[in-house]
Amino acid sequence: MPDPWSLYSEKVMEHFKNPRNVGEIENPDGVGHVGNPVCGDIMELYIKVNDGIIVDAKFKTFGCGAAIATSSMVTEMVKGKRIEEALKISNKAVAEALNGLPPVKMHCSVLAEDALKVAIEDYLGHQKLKKQT
Amino acid sequence: MRRIYLDHAATTPTRPEVVKAMLPYFTDAFGNASSIYSHGREARGAVEEARTKVAELIGARSEEIIFTSGGTEADNYALKGVAYASERKGNHIITTSIEHHAVLEVCKFLGRRGFRITYLPVDKYGLVAPDDVKRAITDKTILISVMHANNQVGTIEPVEEIGKIAREAGVYFHTDAVQTLGHIPVNVDELKVDLLAISAHKLYGPKGVGALYVRKGTRLVPLMHGGEQEKRRRAGTENVPGIVGLGRAVELAGQEMGKEAERLAYLRDKLIKGLLEKIDHIRLNGHPTRRLPNNVNVSVDFVEGESMLLNLDLEGICASTGSACSSASLEPSHVLLALGLPAEQAHGSLRFTLGRENTEADVERVLEVLPGIVARLRAMSPLLKTQK
Repeated sequence: MPDPWSLYSEKVMEHFKNPRNVGEIENPDGVGHVGNPVCGDIMELYIKVNDGIIVDAKFKTFGCGAAIATSSMVTEMVKGKRIEEALKISNKAVAEALNGLPPVKMHCSVLAEDALKVAIEDYLGHQKLKKQT
Repeated sequence: MRRIYLDHAATTPTRPEVVKAMLPYFTDAFGNASSIYSHGREARGAVEEARTKVAELIGARSEEIIFTSGGTEADNYALKGVAYASERKGNHIITTSIEHHAVLEVCKFLGRRGFRITYLPVDKYGLVAPDDVKRAITDKTILISVMHANNQVGTIEPVEEIGKIAREAGVYFHTDAVQTLGHIPVNVDELKVDLLAISAHKLYGPKGVGALYVRKGTRLVPLMHGGEQEKRRRAGTENVPGIVGLGRAVELAGQEMGKEAERLAYLRDKLIKGLLEKIDHIRLNGHPTRRLPNNVNVSVDFVEGESMLLNLDLEGICASTGSACSSASLEPSHVLLALGLPAEQAHGSLRFTLGRENTEADVERVLEVLPGIVARLRAMSPLLKTQK
């Protein structure tokens, strides 16, 4: 089998070498924690929301090159987007923005989409609670 | 950028001396070793000379060496060959949970076809307990297969003791010596093995050629049926250049092994010591002393192997990992899990295997760049935070 990462695009390598938005957000409006140590990928995605718009996003990731690059890319993609728009970001869109991922690494983009969805659901859950009280 | 190759357990470069020895057998001496005319006799002579060289290095008789297409075929032949030749005697095979896939997958295959396989556990260093082997033997046991040294963590197994147990019980004993031949002494009588698998490309020989040692009197059903090559034990026109290459590689290894092992063990220990000193939350995998002279395997907490490998590659350093992310299966190394490592530590493993062209400067270079790589990856790891 060829090196899986020899198939990484330049864009993937660029995000891997210089990942954007690494870190945590203090008092985030939503957090998405997905993955598990057994499969070898863990992603944590933090979002800050203002008037229904994601104004900031940060991540922490334990995983391979593709996991780091997709985390970086998804945080870039959601910034400035309305919640409804952000929910429409698919794993395919993340992979495409990185000029593609090797087939064995597509699950990393699924993880990035999941992390985003969980973070938004977390935010929406808080909103609901606020309205109820 | 200078490339530093530290993955010799995966494969080694073919030595120029070996290539030189092989070349005539592609062109001038291209004859079929089974043919009667002079071209054929020339090839036959070269094959027999290589056979003698291999036999000499492992203390065997030349008629006990069967050339194969590599280590995988040799392992397949040993296991399937004994299994199908001994069906009347029994159907039980004993092996370990840390074997190379060339043994494990054959056992799984045989397991689906009516054979009963015992996979012995190992301790935290990767050692098999000879007593466990002894206890596992039944009157149906036909074969014991325990690797000489593990390819991932470098642990050298107590093959000699297991060989003694096997012989007392009258059970055939196979060892995969792919990682040891040409690196540490391998002697079939001392190890008390009946079958032993070797591969040329792990000792600076060419890919696609290996051999199986078969002790005289060991009953085997051939894997390959066809022509009468290898005394009808392995059909197929001999890979003459490859076999010549194996012979030359074995010859050179025999001459240089002792000194080279000492040199590599020094570099290995320097690398291990340096890594443990310069990086915190790191552990050595495998046995601290009973290990191959060229093997370094560590687990770095909170970071994943492939991302370390990628960063090392950007610095020109080639290594390997037991992380799932580097394989299509998405399962971490079966060896590291068998040693009792939790999944995240298996994912954070790095293997450096040294070789002839490596120098002290190479080791220093790894020690210079890896701590920074680990620090950078840890800064983005969600695992580190939960530990605080």
